[in-house]
Amino acid sequence: METRFHSVADLEAYRRQLQAVRGPDRKIVSVCAGTGCRACGARGLAEVFREEIAKSNLEVELRVTGCQGFCERSPVVVVQPQSIFYQRVKAIDVPEILTETVEKGTAIQRLLYTDSDGRTYEREQDVPFYRHQTRSLLAFNGQIDPDSIDDYIAVGGYAALGKVLQERKPEEIVDLILRSGLRGRGGGGFPAGVKWQSCRKAHAADGIRYILCNGDEGDPGAFMDCALMEGNPHLVLEGMILGAFAIGFPGQPKGYIYVRNEYPLAVERLTRAIEQARRCGLLGKGILGTELDFDILINKGGGAFVCGESTALMASIEGFVGEPRAKHIHTAEQGLFDKPTNLNNVETWANVPLIISRGLEWFTSIGTGDVSKDPWGGSKGTKIFALVGKVNNTGLVEVPMGSTLRHIIWDVGGGPPPGKKFKAVQTGGPSGGCLPESLLDLPVDFDRLTEAGSMMGSGGMIVMDESTCMVDLARYFLHFLADESCGKCVSCREGLAQLCAIVDRICKGEGREGDLELLKDLSTTVQTASLCGLGQTAANPLLSTMRYFEEEYISHIHEHRCSAKVCKTLIRYVIDDSCDGCMACNAQCGTKAIQGGKKARHTIDDSLCTRCGVCMDVCKRNAIHVES
Amino acid sequence: MENAELESILASHGHRPSELLATLQDIQGNENWLPRESLAHVAAGLNVPLSRVYGMATFFSSFSLKPRGKHVCTICMGTACHVRGAQRLVEHVEREHGIGPGETTADLRLTLETVNCVGACAMGPLAIIDGEYHGQLSTQTLGRLLKKLKG
Repeated sequence: METRFHSVADLEAYRRQLQAVRGPDRKIVSVCAGTGCRACGARGLAEVFREEIAKSNLEVELRVTGCQGFCERSPVVVVQPQSIFYQRVKAIDVPEILTETVEKGTAIQRLLYTDSDGRTYEREQDVPFYRHQTRSLLAFNGQIDPDSIDDYIAVGGYAALGKVLQERKPEEIVDLILRSGLRGRGGGGFPAGVKWQSCRKAHAADGIRYILCNGDEGDPGAFMDCALMEGNPHLVLEGMILGAFAIGFPGQPKGYIYVRNEYPLAVERLTRAIEQARRCGLLGKGILGTELDFDILINKGGGAFVCGESTALMASIEGFVGEPRAKHIHTAEQGLFDKPTNLNNVETWANVPLIISRGLEWFTSIGTGDVSKDPWGGSKGTKIFALVGKVNNTGLVEVPMGSTLRHIIWDVGGGPPPGKKFKAVQTGGPSGGCLPESLLDLPVDFDRLTEAGSMMGSGGMIVMDESTCMVDLARYFLHFLADESCGKCVSCREGLAQLCAIVDRICKGEGREGDLELLKDLSTTVQTASLCGLGQTAANPLLSTMRYFEEEYISHIHEHRCSAKVCKTLIRYVIDDSCDGCMACNAQCGTKAIQGGKKARHTIDDSLCTRCGVCMDVCKRNAIHVES
Repeated sequence: MENAELESILASHGHRPSELLATLQDIQGNENWLPRESLAHVAAGLNVPLSRVYGMATFFSSFSLKPRGKHVCTICMGTACHVRGAQRLVEHVEREHGIGPGETTADLRLTLETVNCVGACAMGPLAIIDGEYHGQLSTQTLGRLLKKLKG
């Protein structure tokens, strides 16, 4: 049921009404249906729950939620009020969950989470993956159906907005955000309050100020913004409405959310959330009966990484190609359509309602440094990381700023999978860097990561084991960036192409004496002569791998050896004695490189082998190995 | 695409050049690619040079200037998928269907595309086949999924 709220009192009365019906003992089955869980069939699972519940006489609510974070074990299901956590649930388990758990309250052992030591956990909050986190932004994802504004209001949604509209002045909110030390979660780590202040102060002849949300989460390996937009869209909207009041009131603030084209579900959920907010009087003219007018439009990106850069993003909204421009004049003064513009990232906006409702002391008590005098003085609040790659518990992890890499990767992430050895962790996406084992006790905040030659970026954290070649990884990022470079600056366009060519050579075993010096030299040029963040940070993955894993480059260049056995020209496939001549590989090999008849040990003709690895996939005896 | 359809897309965006990106997205949504004639129509309809429309259509990687197949297989090449072997999925499709990224089989049945991360990194390597997400793929499972495609 959606009602239009004509005042803050209306909203609060409605909230009380909702909360009265929703007691703590209500039976709820919440099924995660974020993009990750969908890849594991969660949508079908939710449908089965719906059908089975309809067939039974049970009084239970089905809640299909956004990403709950523990993607490794997806699809996940949580049964309330006991908070029983089930993982890797299949359609066939549904009737049993309803009769045993929902009806009788007993847990089904085989669906519970068991850690690597064989311990089983029943309640969600006891599972180590969740227990070691500090979830404030993601806390609601499991409690909210993103398509229901009622769910959001029931957990306290839009209360911060109500409080602010009733009691506070815009300048006070800007000041609060400034003193909170909230820094941009998109990667740059620029204090949000400083941006807000300059945008508010900037001259706006016709009163128009643009409030933008950057949802162009292009860093491969990061999906926290996706999870927030998909799982709790109203939190992002509430942050933006608060921003509109603080920065643009009185006057005419206007909002845009720029979402990646690759996130169709986020676009769908945000669109619905905006429509609901308009119907409820939370967006549009006279928000909650006050003088504040503000509306938000969604702009879908076209699949260009560089559009996450502020000026490129604005060019794209204006209907031009997403090329960045020089920022001699800050976008806070002249941004979108030449009006004062404030752009913050999704996660930054999501922090705003929490800072306001829980207060400055709460926020500044989490994190590192001292921001009481200087917003650059530390990193406050929590940060969501996307923990992926070669680690046991992949998923979204929210921890206080300043948590160590070891805490994130081992306590929360459960360390590398059995039999694998940690080698490096890549943070910050294509602009970030690779950190080795010796830096595992590094507290993760904006400034420490930068000192170590990496960066926070938007919070992607990719764990790698000895089967990842660091030269190949640098090559991957360089090619990614060369592809995504808009081509405006010669240094970035041509520089990256040359860096790619050199690293390609090294990976092929054609590295030369002096290549490393050349790479460093060229990297400096790309860093210093490029206009925007893409070019300025493009060499980071290369430089950080050269800094911490130089020996791998050297062995590629001088010994033509790839110790991770990844670089194709430097490896060869061999078959050992355990081959029983089953012919499986023989039949699959596309180039007929495998010789040997039935029951006879096979051999591989290296000159024909394309190193595609199909033989290894089909070998049942693990008789095929890679050598370098 | 009929001119009337194009007109209604242009009208739904108020014939505003600032909505060029969204206009092209809608056309591709209907047509599955961007035919030259449609781009010319958009340029005329918005009163902007064809070069600007063409610039947009070639700058953003989600647009295709060639007809795409009946089925589209999009393989995620994000970092997490990369370290878990996404490249081998691409090579598998190249081997089995003879098409590289951005290419379509001669019978217009299948298009292979790559994308830099779809935000389901924990499920990598991952492919989207006709809008359905499939996680933790091996070359064999991907092969089976592509074989199962109808028509």
